[in-house]
Amino acid sequence: MKKTVKKIPLNFACAPCGGCTVEVQGLSVEDKGDKILEDVSFSLHCGELLAVIGPNGGGKTTLVRSILGLRPHGGRVRFFSADGKERPLKIGYVPQSLDFDRLAPITVGDLFASALSRRPVFLGVGKALRESSRQVLEEVRVGRLMDRRLGMLSGGELQRVLLALALTPMPELLLLDEPVSGIDANGLELFYSILDGVRRKHHLSILLVSHDLRFVEKYADRAALIDRTLRLCAPPGAVLRSKEFRQSFGFAAGKEGEA
Amino acid sequence: MNLWYAICEALPLGCFAYDFMKNALLALLLLCPALSALGTVVVNRSMSFFSDSLGHSAMTGVGLGVLLGIAEPTLAMILFGVAFAFGLVWVKSRSAASTDTTIGVFSATAIALGLVLMSKGGGLASFASYLSGDLLSVTWGDIGGLFWLLVAVAAFCTVFYNKLALMGVNEPLARTRGVHTRWIEYLFAAVVAVAVMVSIRFVGVLLINALLVLPAAAARNVARSMRGYVWLAVGFSLLAGVAGLLLSFALDTATGATVVLAAAVCYFFTLPFAKR
Repeated sequence: MKKTVKKIPLNFACAPCGGCTVEVQGLSVEDKGDKILEDVSFSLHCGELLAVIGPNGGGKTTLVRSILGLRPHGGRVRFFSADGKERPLKIGYVPQSLDFDRLAPITVGDLFASALSRRPVFLGVGKALRESSRQVLEEVRVGRLMDRRLGMLSGGELQRVLLALALTPMPELLLLDEPVSGIDANGLELFYSILDGVRRKHHLSILLVSHDLRFVEKYADRAALIDRTLRLCAPPGAVLRSKEFRQSFGFAAGKEGEA
Repeated sequence: MNLWYAICEALPLGCFAYDFMKNALLALLLLCPALSALGTVVVNRSMSFFSDSLGHSAMTGVGLGVLLGIAEPTLAMILFGVAFAFGLVWVKSRSAASTDTTIGVFSATAIALGLVLMSKGGGLASFASYLSGDLLSVTWGDIGGLFWLLVAVAAFCTVFYNKLALMGVNEPLARTRGVHTRWIEYLFAAVVAVAVMVSIRFVGVLLINALLVLPAAAARNVARSMRGYVWLAVGFSLLAGVAGLLLSFALDTATGATVVLAAAVCYFFTLPFAKR
């Protein structure tokens, strides 16, 4: 295995930035006295892809929802720009699965307009917005889908459309919650390679919840093993071979690896 | 008013010699777009059972209005309807149990309570008009109310339609993009409640939901984008409104029911064009 941890060389990685950081500090979540997450702390540099792995029910999605501010939690999520000043964090979010109504007459363009524009979608999508949306869609290679209804897209196409939306406007942190459920192997490979390209081009911090350990190993800089707390945060190869990993996943580890 | 009457009389249709027909036509032209525009959201968010239940709650509203001695029950109905809608949204957001069942329970309770209140004193029959509605007794004052309803719905849609569309795709996504989903959920419920209560006297408890849902359902069969969807829904409802009014005059049938039937024809006519 030719796995070298991608500590991206300084001249490339930090040219546009200088090292902004997302810091998660002592994040905990309780539900009626039940501790779902306890004292999770890690930091994430720009340009870095951190994969969150862990058993089902271990709190991965709770972590995501807390970082997004959708769930009350203890601890803090902070963002420091390159000059060391704390700033508000802009997050782009790619949701887990869309169990929306597949017959809804909403096109990709409508989706962008309803998220980005004040002009009501029933008056049509403005030219400028169409053009700028097309550019972002083009970047994830789905520019041609502008007028397609969301319900007609394949799983992979839909995820790339949502990725494009999450990149508009450009966030500092991109959060993906198991973005690839229901995508075939080719679509998976394509999605991850596009994601990797986007990360390099825009120097994004990416937090990715994933079940797919092969891809985690291939693309992530580090993996965070979440099982009620942060059990381990290290380069993916090390995490996958760790004692903690085997404990958390129990006998299911082999299966999960193939999933 | 005179202008509208002049326009109607200029139409080459004998039935518009009657003032009640002129009023009914104008009422439909105001009411149909307002209801069908809200209906596009109701249908997209799979809330038709919710709006149906809201219509039923009007029964309790009327009953309460009578019990409290309010001669004009519309206000009592609006207040009760909004409270009822808030209750539904609240229960829906709280319970993990099937909303379907919850709404059914609310709905049944509202009907029964309304019937009990209305029947106290034995005057149940005098409320029959609320069941099927009465479009031909629309007064000029009613039309003022419907006009403001349409203005309010148009303003609401202009400001909130995008947010509702995004919520329809994915609610967490909408929230991360700064949409106050909870707040908008309540607001939308309140607007639907007001629209239902204002128009229920004309369309009736039994048919109100059809006017909300049917045009949007028909539009969904053929629309390819949100723009087409909303305008087709409005178009279908206007078409059904006018056609239904004329037919009901010609056939001497209940106007509200005929309008709804016309909308149903739109739906079944477009059904073969529905994309899977």
